[in-house]
Amino acid sequence: MSKGRVWKYGDNVNTDVIYAGKYTYQQLEPAEMAKKSLEDLDPAFAKNVRPGDVIVAGKNFGCGSSREQAAACLRYAGVQAVVAKSFSRIYFRNAINLGLAVLQSLDAPDALQNGDEIEIDFAGGRILSAGRVFTFFPLPESVMGIVQAGGLLEWTKKKLATP
Amino acid sequence: MAQTFSEKILSRKVGRPLRAGEVITAVPDYYLSHDNSSAIIGEFKKLGLAKVKSPEKIVIVLDHIVPASDEKYAQNHKTIREFVRAQGIPNFFDIQHGVCHQVFSEDGFALPGKVIMGSDSHTTTYGAYGAFSAGIGRTEMASIWATDEIWLRVPETLRIEFHGDFPAGVFAKDAILKVIGDNGADRANYEAVEFAGPSASKFSLASRMVLANMAAEMGAKNGYFEPDDLTLEWLKGRARAEYEIIRSDPGAAYEAVLKYDLSTLEPQIACPNTVDNVKPVSEVAGKPFHQALIGTCTNGRLEDLEVAARILKGRKIDPRIRLLVLPASRVVYVEAMKRGLLETLSEAGGVILNPGCGPCLGAHEGLLAPGEVVVGTSNRNFKGRMGGRDSEIYLASPATVAASALEGKIADPRKYL
Repeated sequence: MSKGRVWKYGDNVNTDVIYAGKYTYQQLEPAEMAKKSLEDLDPAFAKNVRPGDVIVAGKNFGCGSSREQAAACLRYAGVQAVVAKSFSRIYFRNAINLGLAVLQSLDAPDALQNGDEIEIDFAGGRILSAGRVFTFFPLPESVMGIVQAGGLLEWTKKKLATP
Repeated sequence: MAQTFSEKILSRKVGRPLRAGEVITAVPDYYLSHDNSSAIIGEFKKLGLAKVKSPEKIVIVLDHIVPASDEKYAQNHKTIREFVRAQGIPNFFDIQHGVCHQVFSEDGFALPGKVIMGSDSHTTTYGAYGAFSAGIGRTEMASIWATDEIWLRVPETLRIEFHGDFPAGVFAKDAILKVIGDNGADRANYEAVEFAGPSASKFSLASRMVLANMAAEMGAKNGYFEPDDLTLEWLKGRARAEYEIIRSDPGAAYEAVLKYDLSTLEPQIACPNTVDNVKPVSEVAGKPFHQALIGTCTNGRLEDLEVAARILKGRKIDPRIRLLVLPASRVVYVEAMKRGLLETLSEAGGVILNPGCGPCLGAHEGLLAPGEVVVGTSNRNFKGRMGGRDSEIYLASPATVAASALEGKIADPRKYL
């Protein structure tokens, strides 16, 4: 179980507002990338986000461009998970492959509010907040393994090292 | 257990029956990349491996910025050529061949029952031949080069059934634009889309490629047409490997079934700045624009150039319009030359460009100035994609683009056909 605060947004949060196109061809360090996250959606986010915080959003989170930085920047900002009603396919894959947990929940996004304190039970598929319990579709063990390894490249390295 | 095509093909891959929603590890049959291979090489090197695992499965086609338009792109191509040589990758297609999806199909890699991964979002195209093919990211491709494996979520399936025949002047592009316009750009997010119904088998293979290609614009993981005699005829002497036709079972579970009657369809156009902002051409007719584009992986095949030439034969396009023509591949280019299509299009005022992606992704060969408008046959119209930030893109069939170039404003092609 790990604790964090909710940053709540709406439907169709696209990759341009998560990580602006003008930065995609610059090679920025992780700490710099973290500072650019959600720049065009919520300028307060990057300044105030704390390790363990959780983004909660509506449907089709991460739609638009396939840029991988839109997942990486949130992980570098310390976000422990994004909880949304649905994710665009490429974002969902990119997030897992870059070590960011993406959790699909039908009930949590409407109920949770900005600033709510929550706990995520990754193995049990539950989100707890002020006595309320919400559910998400748990990531399969194999996929959670990639997230926990810190992403697909790290996971692949480990796999190649184990005969 | 009745299964959809996607459930069945992935079940075969892992040797146990699967349902939509499960996550599996699969061994792909082929993996495609293009100019972004240089970025993939960079990721691959981070893994510290000397050699890719299965060089014979890698297919690399240079198509995005060909020939290289500046030193940076030239270096990318050079890096790729060196890697191809060092790794002994047999299936490398340098700048002269054309758009990756067309080349991959013409060269017999797009085969029924194969699992194909491509680091290009329009990898969905090979569903036209009954393959399971999906777009992936660069990091994923680097990992596949290293391990010959990828994790996949078994997709739910949306089935779209077509009935009736196209009226004159209405084409596959109009059908898929109508579907996307009605249902939204995320309607098939993470799903497979099966194109079926009595009219699906009447579509030419080139037209099937249009629908499977644009399934990506509905958010789909893959598209699918059931292979038939037309497919088998095309594959004779072309198939790179043995293949097996995999079909959906009767009674398979679909997320939804949509039905479309083609006989009532009129020409469609996607307006700026989303692919689902679709209107009948008749509603937008008369809108002036600056550049016309016929080509790309969506509509650069022989039947596309033929219909454009039919409309433009013996005529001149409006002098205010710049018409760019990009055959999808060298094979298409040569055949169009033999049939006099390129001559017709050139005499009408078109600029015949080399096979490749051209300006579609906004990197070279005919970009737009701020405020300019293009009417093209490509597949994406996001703001500024083809040049200046405020430039606009309309998407339509080759017939609509040709008729519009002729009149100097968006025009309904039916009066010419």
